Amino acid sequence: MAEKLLKKGNEAIALAAIRYGADGYFGYPITPQSEVMETLMEEMPWETTGMVVLQAESETSSINMLYGGACCGKKVMTSSSSPGISLMCEGISYMAGAELPCLVVDVIRGGPGLGTIQPAQGDYFQAVKGGGHGDYKIIVLAPASVQEMYDFVGLGFDLAFKYRNPVMILSDGAIGQMMEKVELRDPVRRLTDKEITEKYGHWATVGKPASRKGNIISSLSLAASEMEAINLRLQAKYQKMRENEVRFEKTMCDNAEYLLVAFGSSARICEGTLEIARSKGIRMGLLRPITLFPYPETAIREMLPQLKGIMSVELNAGQMVEDVRLAVNGAVPVEFYGRMGGSIFSPEEVFEAFAKKFNL
Amino acid sequence: MDIKDIIKPENFVYGKSKVLTDTVMHYCPGCSHGVVHKILAEVIEEMGIQDKTIGISPVGCAVFAYKYIDIDWQQAAHGRAPALATATKRLYPDKYVVAYQGDGDLASIGTAEIMHACNRGENIVVIFINNAIYGMTGGQMAPTTLLGMKTATTPYGRRADLNGYPLKITELIAQLEGTCYVTRQSVQNPGSVRKAKKAIRKAFENSALKKGTSFVEIVSTCNSNWKMTPVKANKWMEENMFPFYPLGDIKDR
Repeated sequence: MAEKLLKKGNEAIALAAIRYGADGYFGYPITPQSEVMETLMEEMPWETTGMVVLQAESETSSINMLYGGACCGKKVMTSSSSPGISLMCEGISYMAGAELPCLVVDVIRGGPGLGTIQPAQGDYFQAVKGGGHGDYKIIVLAPASVQEMYDFVGLGFDLAFKYRNPVMILSDGAIGQMMEKVELRDPVRRLTDKEITEKYGHWATVGKPASRKGNIISSLSLAASEMEAINLRLQAKYQKMRENEVRFEKTMCDNAEYLLVAFGSSARICEGTLEIARSKGIRMGLLRPITLFPYPETAIREMLPQLKGIMSVELNAGQMVEDVRLAVNGAVPVEFYGRMGGSIFSPEEVFEAFAKKFNL
Repeated sequence: MDIKDIIKPENFVYGKSKVLTDTVMHYCPGCSHGVVHKILAEVIEEMGIQDKTIGISPVGCAVFAYKYIDIDWQQAAHGRAPALATATKRLYPDKYVVAYQGDGDLASIGTAEIMHACNRGENIVVIFINNAIYGMTGGQMAPTTLLGMKTATTPYGRRADLNGYPLKITELIAQLEGTCYVTRQSVQNPGSVRKAKKAIRKAFENSALKKGTSFVEIVSTCNSNWKMTPVKANKWMEENMFPFYPLGDIKDR
């Protein structure tokens, strides 16, 4: 039997980092995710797996420590919350440009600005549409439970190295702070330096043997034609992600006439809304995107023939709804319901909004 | 005697380090970067650590350092080289990690990163090129620009009331517990080049001994943006830079 513990989402991230063989965590305190680094410091993985854990002087520094660590072919990660992620966006753009693998956990709080420490999903655009400068994409995973917080650390590292690209776990203060049962998976051991050199020595800065040229990791290429070629290569990679990495979960969708689309904690709340709707004889389903990039647009599109309407439910002013509308392309009405600034809706509230928007 | 009879290995008195590539440098004639690259490459070669050294290049003229010194390189965002170096050294404690930064990179946008890396005593080598100006972007005021010095953004000369004072960041860094060796050198003549090379070698040796951060400032010229000939720039540096940025070891323990 696998070990089961009652843990906060943030604690699960920390435990997963150690058990999935992370080489380094670099972070800076910010509510509501400080338990990630606190848990790591309590666990002292440098004594067991050899994992490095370091409190940096800023989020700017954290993400650039990731850049350095990722250059070394090591599994490196950080966690932060909205304002801290804003500071990291420069580094994420550089890492996407230099094609470096890393895992960034964003436990979103309400914004804009210093905002609030309560949960929100107002950073969907920042995570999915860029945040930093330039035409880049990162894979964005949206956990809806403490178990997924744990599991997505492993999945996130796998995808980061598969594509040599940053991966983000886009969580929020609710998932980060709530306690649930979490099953610990079998530990994955850290790679040795020798194994890293064998696996990634063709690109990573592991020290240059006489047998090869120096490895240079950079996002700089001053010639426009070269930079365009790099961009085309990146875009081809993002297309592969779209083809291979879309993940989503459908609930009660088989005979649904109405569809709620929600991710993360909103999706958890919408499960209650489904029950209310079904008890009233309304055939409602829920589609929960697990990857926000790549987005499950085909999954939504395939349901269109059976649907009378869709409502995107988010803890923001309406961000993901734009991607739903792009997928639907006017075929059925797409409505939005959301709350902002750290306020959370109840299942009943979502149902009332739905009934009003579709005159039911 | 034919020239071919003279060109023989036993007659060589000087050679290019094997750690330097054959790529033609983009640096302006008279620039100090080329000399510092040369002695850095020589130190790496002489210590036999080419396969164990990881370089971090900055944003600024030395962004392309990776083209000239034949080791593994990471190219950092502006000012962040010490953060990259920190993680690299912590993840590979037995390798040599050298961050190469200019004055805008290290003493302006990257002040937080260099201060904290030095304060943590990361076992890295920092080479700090101080030519009192932004070279790559075309000669704007640097944090180390002297009072009265004309730059593209101080066209009438740097004024303390408008632009603040030149920053002696090396003296600040020497105050930090984490640094073991803080020195200020120059490379404008053979004697100073030899001293600067010795300092860089010592910094690498400290790194192996895990004594803390070693910080080598090289007071340098940027004759193009100073709008001087190389010879005049060297003289100007000796007369104006050295009184404010005096050479020598500030800390050695």
